[in-house]
Amino acid sequence: MSTLQNTTEQILQLAAEHFRVPREKLAADDDFFTKLGINSLQALDLLTRLEQHFHIELPDYELQGVSDFRTLAERIQSRL
Amino acid sequence: MKLFKGKTISWQIVDGAMELVLDRAPCNEIGSETLAELESFVSALATLQDEAHALIISSARQEGFSAGADLRELYHRSQGLSLSQRKTGIREFLERIHAVMNAIDMAPVTTIAAVHGVTFGGGFELALTCDLIIADKMARFCFPELRLGLIPGFGGIPRLKRDLGNAVVRDLLLTGRSINAEKAQSVGLVSQVVAEGQALRVARATAAQIKKFDRETAKAAKLFIKADLAGELRREIDLFCELFTRPAVEAGLRKFVESTDALPYLP
Repeated sequence: MSTLQNTTEQILQLAAEHFRVPREKLAADDDFFTKLGINSLQALDLLTRLEQHFHIELPDYELQGVSDFRTLAERIQSRL
Repeated sequence: MKLFKGKTISWQIVDGAMELVLDRAPCNEIGSETLAELESFVSALATLQDEAHALIISSARQEGFSAGADLRELYHRSQGLSLSQRKTGIREFLERIHAVMNAIDMAPVTTIAAVHGVTFGGGFELALTCDLIIADKMARFCFPELRLGLIPGFGGIPRLKRDLGNAVVRDLLLTGRSINAEKAQSVGLVSQVVAEGQALRVARATAAQIKKFDRETAKAAKLFIKADLAGELRREIDLFCELFTRPAVEAGLRKFVESTDALPYLP
């Protein structure tokens, strides 16, 4: 089973690739809306990619108030 | 009209299939202008169907198939109106959009929605009028109306109930959550999930397959399979109108309109 650290790293990697941001500029505690410069529509796109990547189903209401990569990783981790 | 290019939609016949393309920024929100052009399409359908065996509905917008009703227009139009004027206005709009949706639902040709990205609310309801939904793997389906104190009003609940098990319908409706294409296929909503950017190509290939069959048989099969929803659709209009004038709805719509985000009601 993947660790939280590993899950966080995979999210950071996927976000960096998809939104074309250098991986080294992203950290676990960053606000992904601000750091990636995305709106809720693009966040939804990220959610779909994460569901596909981790083979999970993550209802969007579980992301209510979540804006940093670490908490996002915790939500995903709880579904793995 | 075999060929039409409007402000929000266009249509033409390609290889014996009607192709209706939604194209209104930012994500094909359905307001009065789109409604009027969809009504023109439905009027033209009687002539178009003589030359076409299928109808494909798709979107030219990168963001998705459709984000649903134009809530900003809905909010602004209702400002300054009395309660009874608002009720009359919304009922008139719903009656018209239902007539369009019903005409597509019962069109005597096989209908295919080729969807990608955001397929929400009224956009989801438009897709549900089609016989087949072919989804890009990045498509997402959602009925966010309860977040605004409303129910889907373009025929969504009866059509969803027709196609899916009641537990899934309750999940989508009562939680307002969005589901991805893979999940939508697993519950029976989507017939095919395809790679990014491939929904229209696959829809055209599917239409070419449909062309091989006797048209009258396909029409008879469709009418046999698709249940008559007239009573439930009528009740949906009544319930929507009843809910629409509540203060909670106005507050929800105001919050939506004042937000600068693309999908302010999410997550």
